[in-house]
Amino acid sequence: MLPLFLSSGLFLGWSLGANDASNVFGTAVASRMVRFRTAAVICSVFVILGAVAGGSGASHTLGQLGAVNALAGAFMVAFSAAVTVYMMTVARYPVSTSQAIVGAIIGWNLFSGSLTDPESLSKIVMTWVACPVLAAFFAVAMYVPIARVIRGTSIHILTQDTMTRWGLILAGAFGSYALGANNIANVMGVFVPVAPFHDITLFGRLTLTPAQQLFFLGGVAIAAGVFTYSRRVMMTVGSGIVRLTPVGAFVVVTAHSLVLFVFSSQELSNALRAVGLPAIPLVPVSSSQAIVGAVIGIGLLKGGGGIRWRTLGGIASSWITTPVCATAICFISLFFLQNVFGQKTYRPVHYELTPAAWERVIDMTAEDPTVRERLEDLYMERFADAAQFRDALRTRLPDAQERIKPIMQLAEMDPIRITAEGVQMIDHNYLTPEEIQAVEELSGQAFTHRWRLAEVLAEQSPAWRKRTESNESEAERMRRLKYLFDVLRGNPNGSR
Amino acid sequence: MGFGILKIQVGLQKQLDEFLNQVSEAGLLFRQGVTLYLLENEEAFDEKLEQITTVEHRGDEKRRSIEEKLYLKTLIPESRSDVLQLLERMDTLLDSCKAMLWQFKIELPDIPEEMHKDLKELAEQSMESVEAIVRSARAFFRSSPELRDHIHKVSYWEAECDKVSIRMMMALYRRDDLTLCHKSQLKDFIRRIALISDKAEDVADRLSIYAIKRML
Repeated sequence: MLPLFLSSGLFLGWSLGANDASNVFGTAVASRMVRFRTAAVICSVFVILGAVAGGSGASHTLGQLGAVNALAGAFMVAFSAAVTVYMMTVARYPVSTSQAIVGAIIGWNLFSGSLTDPESLSKIVMTWVACPVLAAFFAVAMYVPIARVIRGTSIHILTQDTMTRWGLILAGAFGSYALGANNIANVMGVFVPVAPFHDITLFGRLTLTPAQQLFFLGGVAIAAGVFTYSRRVMMTVGSGIVRLTPVGAFVVVTAHSLVLFVFSSQELSNALRAVGLPAIPLVPVSSSQAIVGAVIGIGLLKGGGGIRWRTLGGIASSWITTPVCATAICFISLFFLQNVFGQKTYRPVHYELTPAAWERVIDMTAEDPTVRERLEDLYMERFADAAQFRDALRTRLPDAQERIKPIMQLAEMDPIRITAEGVQMIDHNYLTPEEIQAVEELSGQAFTHRWRLAEVLAEQSPAWRKRTESNESEAERMRRLKYLFDVLRGNPNGSR
Repeated sequence: MGFGILKIQVGLQKQLDEFLNQVSEAGLLFRQGVTLYLLENEEAFDEKLEQITTVEHRGDEKRRSIEEKLYLKTLIPESRSDVLQLLERMDTLLDSCKAMLWQFKIELPDIPEEMHKDLKELAEQSMESVEAIVRSARAFFRSSPELRDHIHKVSYWEAECDKVSIRMMMALYRRDDLTLCHKSQLKDFIRRIALISDKAEDVADRLSIYAIKRML
């Protein structure tokens, strides 16, 4: 079944290539500074490099948005996103693959009765505004000094031409790498836990993990999309909104790549925090939005007269249509997949205030006993899905909405049993011997809640405890915990 | 795209400079040719005629070679058509200089002594406009801020040419010692020399637009 399910990821990869390559090389190809074939080759090579070398863990924010927990469901999420991106590509609109995926995940959440985390959603939606604005700002900030330098140094038209070509190619290669690194997890991320691959060592040195092999496949699918279908969208981006000079094209591509870099660079975020500035939210951003923002920035700098507002309106409306469309397609398709083809599209997640969870609720609400009193009738009552449990909490706690999320986390049922076979499957190169030993000591025990296992592990060994306040080490601890849950559930490769 | 392109680009830059040198040289040869004709130094005039024919031939070759390279290597795609038009218009100026000298050789006009000073002045001013347009083109290729200044000079010399040519023609048609046929022939020479500066001004006007299009 896996190749069939994997096909939707490859289709999404192809759609991404067909659509998003235009962001990286559209302006260069449309201004005829770089030939389409040259652009396609460079883009493909760097997208694959970015996917394989830097493509891990970009889907964390999407993971928080909704946890697709069945293969058939994952297939349909990827497929709905791919169909949406494909439709927009046919209509020649540059759309965001992340938006399509977000829309599809929301569709899955609606179908499975899971909740869409409003915090993660608002964080993602905020970047849909911040990303084009920041790109426009970068483009203007770069354009003015570059134009001044060119005018001041009186460079020959032919020298400037050669320099701009190289600039476009370098910026395009950088942008393609960033695209591969940022978006491959959207394309292939859902399949990582189930891929039947093993480590491959090339030339006795380079080892490719199963995830990297999967990302390579995804990268090849993206490359196929670039070669077969990206030309038309390139023209819309390159000359549809405003006519750009080659130098303008260079500025636009560089500004776009910088925005992708800013929103995905942990180092930059840390550096900002170190000097007392607010950290940058590390979320996958849309390269389409970045490029359109940058193009408009240049257009406005030149007085805004040359901007084709009608094309722009079409592009902007496609940004609203995309997630809505993906949600609808995913919801309807899941219905058919489940009821007509009898596939399991999600694993039901029940909610119950078990004694262990109730104890924590009491601790949590110690300073406000009325909250506990209002929840008493829910004790030991089982809810079929998150939406029902959330509604029950809402009616009881209309004035304490902020308590709902932590209570739901406590009540989420995620039964897991630690078996000797499960412990055997743990990758010794990933978890430390102390960490594995702590898990081994719990062999034979069963846990109803995921948080309970994490707590017991922390009690068991300092290796599983939260050590510092640093977000990075905490994120790494969470990644290791997630890997452990995946392995103990019988997914040999786990997702790191 | 690699070092090959860089080599071609450097070669092309040189060719563009050489082409503009040919146009400028044609202007100088024309000026000398007119003076030699008025001095009735036939041998030296023929030499200049031969030189300007060679220069025009070389200019044509250079222009064709530049055009071919710009197209084959898809260089400066945004400004390519403008640059090609500019080269063709500059080439027309070169042709006009050559054709004018040939007209002297073919028609052997009899130019009265009193007109010599004005005719030399007209030829000089017309060629000043050619020089200014060559400088404008060089400034355009280098995105130099001096472009506007050079373009202004072209207009200035064209206006000066108009003044001299009108003055000459008025004086010519008020003379009683020449036949209408003779006057007509001399008028044609005056008009055609002044026309070279008009053409230079047309090129300057186009160049202003190309520069605006290239403005960053």
